[in-house]
Amino acid sequence: MTKKKIKKKKYQLRLPCDSENLDLIREFVGKIAASMGFEEEEVHKIELAVDEASTNVIKHAYKGVNLNNKSLLIEVFTYPDRLEINVTDRGKGFDPGKIKDPDIKHYLKKMKRGGLGLYLIKSLMDQVTYNIKPGVKNQVKMIKYLS
Amino acid sequence: MDKFEVHRRDIEEISVLNIQGFLDAHTAPEFEEALQKLLREKRFKIIVNLEGLEYISSAGLGVFMGVIEDIRNHHGDLKICCANPKVFKVFDLLGFPSLYEFFDSEKEAVAAFANQQNATQ
Repeated sequence: MTKKKIKKKKYQLRLPCDSENLDLIREFVGKIAASMGFEEEEVHKIELAVDEASTNVIKHAYKGVNLNNKSLLIEVFTYPDRLEINVTDRGKGFDPGKIKDPDIKHYLKKMKRGGLGLYLIKSLMDQVTYNIKPGVKNQVKMIKYLS
Repeated sequence: MDKFEVHRRDIEEISVLNIQGFLDAHTAPEFEEALQKLLREKRFKIIVNLEGLEYISSAGLGVFMGVIEDIRNHHGDLKICCANPKVFKVFDLLGFPSLYEFFDSEKEAVAAFANQQNATQ
C-alpha cells in the first residue's frame, strides 16, 4: 500500500447531556461525513452510530453521578482514507469486557428492550474501541473508512 | 420545528399510527405514549405506518419491543408498513423481520389482519 500524506482535520462539539441535542449531533457528523465524499447510505450509518453512542451517554453515563457539568464531547477527525469519531463523557463508565454480541433473535424473542445500541454501533462502523476510566474519561472511538 | 409527529386513525377495530420525522431517544416517549394509549383503550390490532418516517434509532426500535408481548398476549398484533429502505435497514440489522410482519402498503397490512380473523373463525 502506498503511504498517503495524511492531512488531519479536527472538529469538536461539546454539548449538555440532553436528548434534545441528538439531531444536532447527527447533523454535525453527517455534514462532515458527506463533505468527505461518503455515500448517503454510509453517512446514515455514521449518523446512527454516533446517535447510539451519544444516547448511551445521555441515558446512562451520569445516572447517580453528582457533577455540575454533565456534558458530552463529540470529536471528529478527518483523514484522506477515513473518518474517526470519539464520543467522550466523564461519567461512571461501563465494562467493555462485559459487552457481548447478543444472539439477536433470542434477544428479540425475550422482548428485552434497550441495550441494542452497542450492537448497532459495531454493525455500522468498521472499527470500534473503548477507553474507559470512570469519572475521568470514558471514550468510544469509531472509525469508518472511505471505500 | 416538529421533529416527530404521531397521528392516529381507526379503521373499525384496527388502529393505524402514522409516524413521521425522526424517531430517536428524544422523540421515542411520544410514540410510546401513543401506543400505550391504544393499549389502555384495549385496542390490540395496530398498524404502524412509517411512510413519513425519515430516521429511526434503537431507542425507537425499543418502543416496538416494549409493547409487542402485551399486544400478542391479548390476541392482537402490531404490523409495520411503508418503511423506506433506510429505515427498514435498521429494523433488518436487528432481526425485526423475523418477529414482526412488514408490508409495503397499509392496505396489505389491513388485509393481513382480515385474513388472520378469517383463519381463526
